[in-house]
Amino acid sequence: MKEVKKQGGLNAEIQSRIGHQLRAMYDDVVRQGVPDRFAELIRKLDGPEAAAAQIDETAKTDGRD
Amino acid sequence: MPLTDSLRDDILASVPSLRAFAISLSGNGDRADDLVQETLLRAIANIDSFQPGSNLPAWLFTILRNLFRSDYRKRRREVEDAEGNYAKTLKTQPAQNAHLEFEEFRNALDKLPQDQREALILVGASGFSYEDAAAICGCAVGTIKSRVNRARSKLSALLYVDGAEDFGPDETVRAVIGGNGG
Repeated sequence: MKEVKKQGGLNAEIQSRIGHQLRAMYDDVVRQGVPDRFAELIRKLDGPEAAAAQIDETAKTDGRD
Repeated sequence: MPLTDSLRDDILASVPSLRAFAISLSGNGDRADDLVQETLLRAIANIDSFQPGSNLPAWLFTILRNLFRSDYRKRRREVEDAEGNYAKTLKTQPAQNAHLEFEEFRNALDKLPQDQREALILVGASGFSYEDAAAICGCAVGTIKSRVNRARSKLSALLYVDGAEDFGPDETVRAVIGGNGG
């Protein structure tokens, strides 16, 4: 792997921009909170058996290749 | 441990960051939410194996990461679809310039090898320690550090340094650039 060899200052500035962009992308999704479908899903599952049953059901009806 | 109300609340509280992780990994909003749903189902189905007092977010991220990787093996990454679907997940459209910069960043992130991308996201965005990230990825702490460093180095080369072509797009990306999508 080729390393980026630049003046320390420039490299630090680039790294800080990359860190900022990465967090901006990520935090944008975090700020959307919990979509209703997930809140409902967690609320309606009584326990492990109910979750396992839904996994089986999804596997059966899943139309993906 | 049993699925108590407080455990339900804690799982729910992890959903926003699980979604952010899934979207950052897959670049595809719809698929990311499927991954999150599957993660929640598997977590609850296996809740008895969760150790009370241990790191719940790290446990959930491990499940999601493993699901993503097994899914990845089954079907090729849908690079051509990444941008459009990700943009749809944004509540507010960024201003034009910011949007271009964002797309450029997203494209560069997609060009990283998967090992490096997940390490960078876990440490640089999710805020996990190197130790937690290593546990999530099932590798040594030193391996995570080196992947994060290589990811940062490659991103700076792709985004900010001339001659980024030296690294070359991978085959899938090249196919998309060549208009061979769909």
